[in-house]
Amino acid sequence: MSAGSAPKSAPESAPESVPESAPGLRGPGAPGAGGARPAPRLGARAHLAALRAIVAREALRFLTQRARFFAALVRPLVWLLVFAAGFRAALGLSITPPYQTYVTYEVYIVPGLAAMIQLFNGMQSSLSLVHDRETGSMRLLLTSPLPRWWLLSCKLAAGCAVSLLQVYVFLAAAALWGVRAPLEGYALALPALMLTGLMLGAMGLALSSTITQLENFAGVMNFVIFPTFFLSTALYPLWKMQESSPLLGRICELNPFTHAVELVRFALYGQMNWAAAGWTALALAAFWALAMVGYDPARGLMRRRAR
Amino acid sequence: MGAGEGALAAGLAGGLSVQGVSFAYGAREALRDVGFSVAPGRFCALLGPNGAGKSTLFALLTGLATPARGRIVAAGADLGRAPRAALARMGVVFQQPAIDLDLSVRRNMRYFAALHGLSGREADRRIDAALERLGMRERAHEKARALNGGHRRRMEIARALVHDPSLLLLDEPTAGLDARARAALVAHVHDLAEDGVCVLWATHLTDEVRASDDVVILHRGRVAAAGRADEICAGRPLAETFAALAPAEEAA
Repeated sequence: MSAGSAPKSAPESAPESVPESAPGLRGPGAPGAGGARPAPRLGARAHLAALRAIVAREALRFLTQRARFFAALVRPLVWLLVFAAGFRAALGLSITPPYQTYVTYEVYIVPGLAAMIQLFNGMQSSLSLVHDRETGSMRLLLTSPLPRWWLLSCKLAAGCAVSLLQVYVFLAAAALWGVRAPLEGYALALPALMLTGLMLGAMGLALSSTITQLENFAGVMNFVIFPTFFLSTALYPLWKMQESSPLLGRICELNPFTHAVELVRFALYGQMNWAAAGWTALALAAFWALAMVGYDPARGLMRRRAR
Repeated sequence: MGAGEGALAAGLAGGLSVQGVSFAYGAREALRDVGFSVAPGRFCALLGPNGAGKSTLFALLTGLATPARGRIVAAGADLGRAPRAALARMGVVFQQPAIDLDLSVRRNMRYFAALHGLSGREADRRIDAALERLGMRERAHEKARALNGGHRRRMEIARALVHDPSLLLLDEPTAGLDARARAALVAHVHDLAEDGVCVLWATHLTDEVRASDDVVILHRGRVAAAGRADEICAGRPLAETFAALAPAEEAA
């Protein structure tokens, strides 16, 4: 295939009814039979090609952006090494499931920090969609002929894959520090982390499509990440929160992030927390639906931000 | 066939037909009853000062937003009824570059090809052909960051051709380029039109338009004039005609 076979367009394959000499504007009413070549059929292979490419791109971008990788790792490690060390004395934990013995505070917060990584990751990728360089690439994505729900799913899967990468590097670092879970727990936590990663990614996607005011990271930190993180069981068990304030305890209970944390916590110790899994899945479905509405061209964000 | 079908013929034949399109951001009207068509193989310049509604129109043409009223038939399909069929035969170059600077030209192209369901050797063959068409073949392995502005744009145009579209939409592709790169880009895209691609080229610079091109002048969301450039101008320079029909506004 030399240069000569470069894709030539319309005329040679267009139906003969098209007037070759059609003057540009207001071309004469050619019987509009059929028109240009039919669009190629996009089967399962095409869908998978897109999925592979989107995930690979996201992973590659993440790995090449050293600063982002570093930040993603340092943040939870600071919590683990500094915050937890300071707080282990202040916070007495009793035995709460899934733990069967007293655990140190470091051990307690590792699942919460893993979920925090995913929370940050979900918010960061959505934020980059809202207001920076990614705008162009999102347009590129949305002008693909593949179904939009599939494209957004791919984007979600890609973000989730990156968050898994981050979480496992963090878990390895924590293990080196001596904060370990049972070995099989690391494998059993994978499906749980996939679900939570998707849920938190969908939350970010939904936010990016519906809330245009959150244009900078400080805003997201204040109004999304902090409340989500602190009003959950990531740093303290539910009963502690309920003890100090029934209302806050109630909010913690309703927070989907709490269920994500508990799901990961139980899975890490080889146990299944069906309630947490159910609530996380439900939250995923809700955020997903919201994101789909948000990215629907007839409604939602693009309508307001199309310029 | 009714009159409506006649006006949509260009779009059905692989070009572009826009009919009675209106769009508003809340209460602010952005486009009002916009209608024009571009036949296959024509280069049409969409001329308008900033704020005339060019980018809004592009969002509608690429399915990123849906018009409140009117019909768009692009690359053989009705954008309202079969948006994905239209997108499959449409190439788009957005005003904002969408390039991964840390990836090579080829990788950038492969990513896009995959978004159109193309992979493996078929994708590579088309990528080579598209790069060749824009005279960029030998740069396939360079990192996008190493390219200058003009070449980055050319890569984006080559990328928009990978899936062999019949319609190519470019939203102010020369923004930020120097005069030489601009002229080269304009020449390249005119060549594409001569090869049979239907081109809609948004700009506010009249020197990018040739006398034989089609022109649609957009002003305050309405079509102020449409036709062949030399016919619209009737002997006057296009710049003059454009300034008269669509005077630039203060900080629109």
